[in-house]
This record gives sequence, C-alpha cells and structure tokens, in this order.
Amino acid sequence: MAEKLLKKGNEAIALAAIRYGADGYFGYPITPQSEVMETLMEEMPWETTGMVVLQAESETSSINMLYGGACCGKKVMTSSSSPGISLMCEGISYMAGAELPCLVVDVIRGGPGLGTIQPAQGDYFQAVKGGGHGDYKIIVLAPASVQEMYDFVGLGFDLAFKYRNPVMILSDGAIGQMMEKVELRDPVRRLTDKEITEKYGHWATVGKPASRKGNIISSLSLAASEMEAINLRLQAKYQKMRENEVRFEKTMCDNAEYLLVAFGSSARICEGTLEIARSKGIRMGLLRPITLFPYPETAIREMLPQLKGIMSVELNAGQMVEDVRLAVNGAVPVEFYGRMGGSIFSPEEVFEAFAKKFNL
Amino acid sequence: MAFKGAIVVDIEKCKGCSVCVANCPTQTIALAKKVNSKGYPYCYMENPDNCTGCGNCATVCPDSVITVYRVKI
Amino acid sequence: MDIKDIIKPENFVYGKSKVLTDTVMHYCPGCSHGVVHKILAEVIEEMGIQDKTIGISPVGCAVFAYKYIDIDWQQAAHGRAPALATATKRLYPDKYVVAYQGDGDLASIGTAEIMHACNRGENIVVIFINNAIYGMTGGQMAPTTLLGMKTATTPYGRRADLNGYPLKITELIAQLEGTCYVTRQSVQNPGSVRKAKKAIRKAFENSALKKGTSFVEIVSTCNSNWKMTPVKANKWMEENMFPFYPLGDIKDR
Repeated sequence: MAEKLLKKGNEAIALAAIRYGADGYFGYPITPQSEVMETLMEEMPWETTGMVVLQAESETSSINMLYGGACCGKKVMTSSSSPGISLMCEGISYMAGAELPCLVVDVIRGGPGLGTIQPAQGDYFQAVKGGGHGDYKIIVLAPASVQEMYDFVGLGFDLAFKYRNPVMILSDGAIGQMMEKVELRDPVRRLTDKEITEKYGHWATVGKPASRKGNIISSLSLAASEMEAINLRLQAKYQKMRENEVRFEKTMCDNAEYLLVAFGSSARICEGTLEIARSKGIRMGLLRPITLFPYPETAIREMLPQLKGIMSVELNAGQMVEDVRLAVNGAVPVEFYGRMGGSIFSPEEVFEAFAKKFNL
Repeated sequence: MAFKGAIVVDIEKCKGCSVCVANCPTQTIALAKKVNSKGYPYCYMENPDNCTGCGNCATVCPDSVITVYRVKI
Repeated sequence: MDIKDIIKPENFVYGKSKVLTDTVMHYCPGCSHGVVHKILAEVIEEMGIQDKTIGISPVGCAVFAYKYIDIDWQQAAHGRAPALATATKRLYPDKYVVAYQGDGDLASIGTAEIMHACNRGENIVVIFINNAIYGMTGGQMAPTTLLGMKTATTPYGRRADLNGYPLKITELIAQLEGTCYVTRQSVQNPGSVRKAKKAIRKAFENSALKKGTSFVEIVSTCNSNWKMTPVKANKWMEENMFPFYPLGDIKDR
C-alpha cells in the first residue's frame, strides 16, 4: 500500500524531487514557494539519494546552475515564483536553445512588478509564449491538486529528457500552499554517473574520453544559415510535442452546451460552478488543459458542434482566452472572466459572470 | 654546454604578430617579406645559425605555430 | 650542423599541445587569449586529465574557447560561468571544472556569480583574462579599464567622476574565505608564461585537493582595441597595467 501524507503543494514538489531521483535542486527563496527548498533542506537527500541541494545567490544563478547541471546529463530542477521566473527567462531561453532538459516550477503570485504574494495566473503568457528571447517553446504542465504537483515532477523530468527541453510546472500560490492528501509513488533510483555516461555521453559534458570528440553545449551559431537550421530543428521538435504531449481533462462535457475552460486552481473553482449550473438545468462542461503548451486546441475544436458558448476563466486579465479564441476561430462566442492581483473568484461569482455574458 | 637549435613554423597558421621576434634572445627570427594565404607575413629563421633552441619563441606564440628542436653540441 | 639534422623527432623539445585542436584561433594576431589557451591545454595534457576536465566558456572573445581546447565544454550566458561550474562540480565532484572568463564577463555582469562561487569555496578553477576592455563587442569600457584609458565608450579617456574607478576584483576575491589560491599573472614573455602556467597547474591541483576556489587572473593585452601593435601592447601593459594590477600571488594557503 502506497504511503499517503497530508502535505502542502510545495512540500509535495520537494518530496517528489527526491523520490523521482532528481540529481540536483538549485533555488532562491521567494514567497509563496519557499517551502520547496525548506523541505529539501530538512529532508537532507544528499545523505540518502545523493541529491545535491543548493541555495543560490539569485534566481539568475539558480537557472544557470541548472544549465550547468543539465549539460552534465543530470536531472536538475528549480522552483520560484513570478518575479524570480522573470529573472530565469534568460537562462530558460539558453537552455531551450542549447536543447537541455530541466524542470522549473513556477508558483505564480500576483504581478506585475513585486505585486503580491497571493495566488494568480498572470504568468500564462510568460510560460507559454516565451518569456525569454527567441523562438522557443517549453512544455508547460498545470497541476490542479497537490497530487498533481507531486506527479508532474516525475512526468516533467520524463518529458524534459524525452525532448531534451526545459519543462515548467505552472502552479500558483493556492496550489502551492494548500494541504491535501498525496500518495507517494514508488521511488525511482538516481542514475549512476556510469549510467548517465552510457545514456547521455553522446551529448553531455561528462568528460571527454579519447574515443570521441569533445561535447560542446552552446546555443551560439553566428552563421545565419546554421542558426536558421537550428531553429527549424527546434520547431520540428515543438511540433512533435504538439502531436504527442497534449494533456487535458474534461468534466461533464458529453452533453454540454456551454463550456468553461480553466486551468490549475481556477479549474477547481469552476467545478463548483458546474454544479451550480447543472442544478439550474444549464448543461455546462469544463475543459481543464493540463498541458498549456502544447495546448489542447483540438479537444476544444472537436466540441464546437455541440457548443453555444465558451468562457475562459482565469486569475488574470485574460491570457489563455487568446489561445481558446485561436482554437475556436470565431465559430462560437468566447467570453472571459477573471480576477487579478491575488483576488480569487468563488464558484457563484463565476456562474454570475457566465449567466450575464450569455444572457441566461 | 652549448646548444644548436631550429624551429619549424606552421606558416599557414602564423598571424605575423611578431611577439616571437621581440622575444628571441639571439635575433634568429624575423617576419618574412612574403605573406601566407591569409595575407599575414609569417615568422621564419632569418639567422638560423643563431638559434639555440631555447624555445622562447614557441612559449610566447599565441597560435602555437612554432615547433622547436635542439641538439647538444 | 645542418638544420635538417636538427629537425628530427629525437631532437624535439617543444611544440603544440595535443590537447589543442587544429582549428585556427579566431583571436587577433598577438592576442593573450591564445597563449593562455595554450598553457591551459598543456596543464591538462601534463596532468593527464583531458577526460576529466569540463570547461565553461564565457560570453566575450573567449566564447569560442570550446573550438580550441579539446575537452567537453559548456558555453555559458554572459557572466554566469561560475554558476554552471558550481553545479557541474557539485554533481561531478571528481572532475576538474574550469571557468574561463574575461573582465566584462567576470567583473561586470557576472560579479554576483563569481563572488558567491568563490565565497562558497567551490572546488573549481577560474581563469580571469583582464585586458581592461571589451574585446568582442569592439573596445568599450570594461570595469577594469584604467583611468584615462580611451575606449569606444570613453573616447576622451575614463574619468572617475563619470565612469567610476577601475575594479581590482582579484583583491576582493582574495578576501573571501572560500578561496584558497588567488594570483595575478601575465603572459607577455617566456618567463611570465612559465609562471602563469605554474599558477594554472597549482589551481588544478588545489581543485583535486578540495581546498576551495583557485582564481588566476592573467593581465592581458587587447592590441586591436588598444589600437597598438602586439609588441607595443605588451610594453604598454607592462608600463601602465602592472603598476595598477601588480603581479604575484595575493593569497596562497
């Protein structure tokens, strides 16, 4: 029987990191996610699995420690919150450019600027549309429970190494801070240095044996033709992600006439809205994107024939709604409801907004 | 004990910086009047009889184009 | 004695290190980078650690160091080499990790990274090329540019009231408990090259002994951006740089 614990979302991230065989965590304190590193320091995994945990001097340094660790073929991760992620965007772009695997956890707080420490989803654009410079994409996973915080650490590392690309868990202060039951999965053993050399020695900087040329990890290529070829290869990789990695969850969608689209903590609140709507005889469904890139646009498009309207519900000024509109392409009305700056809506509030927008 | 030396220059890789010339204690080396395919005048032994194979030229060469040989005489 | 009789394998005394690749360096004629690359390669060759050494190249002229020294390389974002080196060394404690950085990279944009890596006493080797100017971007003021020195962004000479003072970051680094060996060297003549090579070798040996961070500054020239011949640049460095950046060990424990 698997062990079940009552844990905060942030603590679940830390426990999962150890149990999924992470080699290194490099972070910098910032509310509302500091429990990730605090939990790791309490657990002292360097005494058990050998995992390295280091408090860096800044988020800039943390992400570049990930860059170095990822170059070595190691499973490395960090966690931060919105302002810290802004600092990391340079490094994320470099890692996407150099095709390096890593896991970045963003426990979003309200912005812009120093903003607030309350939960928000205002960093959707930053995570999904880039954040850093250049044409790159990272896989973005949006957990809606403490269990998913735990599970997505494992999934995130798997996807990061499958595509040699950064993966982000895009959470928020609500999921990070709330306590829920979490089932600990069977531990995954860390790879030995020898195993890493066998698996990733063809690209990773593990020390150059006489039998091969030096491995060089760089995102630099001064010749335009070469840089374009690299970009085309990256785009082809992102297309594969679109084809293979879309994840979402549908609730009460079979006979739905109206659809709410929401991710993370917003989706949890919208479950309450569904109940209200159904109790009033309104056939409402909920589509929860689990991957924000790649986006489940086909899943939305396939539902269009049965739908009278869609409302995107987000803790921001309307960011994901743009992707919903791109998927819908004008076929049905797409409305938006959101709160900002750390304020959270109730299921009733969402229902009222919905009823008003669709004159029900 | 006396030494006699000689150098071999990788002419195509020499950039003619002349740091070797300035550091040659026996005035063995000079820059050639001719240039290599990149247009650099390359270093050569203008006075080969002077060379003692001390290796100073190769030690300061930024492009590692000089190989040094030496015999006891 | 005929030259042909001298140039024989048995009479070989010195040549290009096997750890250097055959790629022609992109550096300008007479650039100090080439000499430092050479002695770094020689140390790696002589210690027999080519398969255990991981290099981190900076942003700046030495960005392409990975083309010339035949080891595994990581190319870091501007100033962040010590962060990459930190993680690499912590994840592979038995490898040798060397961060190679210029003055803009290390002493300006990457000040936080180098200070904290050194303060943590990471068991890495840092090679710091100080030529008092930004080379790759075309000769702008560096944190280490001397007062009065003309650069693209101080066309009338660096002024303390406008641009602040040249930064002796190596002296600051020496104050940090985590560093075990902090030295300032140069490579403009055979004697200085040999000393600099010894310093780099010692830095690598310290790293194996886990004594802390070893930091080797090489006061260097950038003759192109200084707008001098290589030989004149070496002389200018001796006359102007050395009085402000004196050579020798600052810390050795």
